[in-house]
Amino acid sequence: MDFQLTDLPIDPSRLMAGPGDPQAGAFVTFEGRVRSENEGRSVKTLDYEAYAKLAQKEGARIMSEARERFPITGARCVHRTGSLALGDIAVWIEVSAAHRAAAFEACRFLIDEMKARLPIWKREHYADGVTEWINCATRGPGAGQKMK
Amino acid sequence: MKKTVCVRYFAILRDQRGLGEERVPTGASTASELYAELRLRHGFTLPEERLRVAINDEFESWDSEIEDGDALVFIPPVAGG
Repeated sequence: MDFQLTDLPIDPSRLMAGPGDPQAGAFVTFEGRVRSENEGRSVKTLDYEAYAKLAQKEGARIMSEARERFPITGARCVHRTGSLALGDIAVWIEVSAAHRAAAFEACRFLIDEMKARLPIWKREHYADGVTEWINCATRGPGAGQKMK
Repeated sequence: MKKTVCVRYFAILRDQRGLGEERVPTGASTASELYAELRLRHGFTLPEERLRVAINDEFESWDSEIEDGDALVFIPPVAGG
């Protein structure tokens, strides 16, 4: 499956296949990691919760869209669920293509769309003991609004 | 006509409801009416405009008619990645 949810730590060295296709002259990977600060608050840990069945479908749709929009030879994405510590990989993306422009653009498209559309929620636990569901309390666009 | 649907809650809605899933007898005919009913009953803070709705594991519009046995999920603003 080219899109996958996992509750286990993401280890790129085990995932990275590299471009098996000899046509693929460009190979781009992206790692989204848990960072220690969000909007001025000190983050200790966070949890990702997924509506797994729909996230799986929507993730697969986004992968198909990337293949239609960009001349790439392959793409994969893995997204974490469960509890993560600082520095842990939350999302991992790999794209291969004949040329670098398509590989970079498709990778950017994939991470942007995954962030905007997957039914996955993030709860941050702060150093001061407070806990918050990101985007749920502050003003912002609705859930899963498609990006241009 | 009365029907019973299954509603699952995630993230802030699960916290505000205090449970993850329930069977709801309702007279609501659309997803929008059902959310309004539940919001009133449980004091959900998010207005419909901030949510999306899924019926039987697929995104649907708010004016979709709901049927007996449907599984609904009201989807709060997402934050993956």
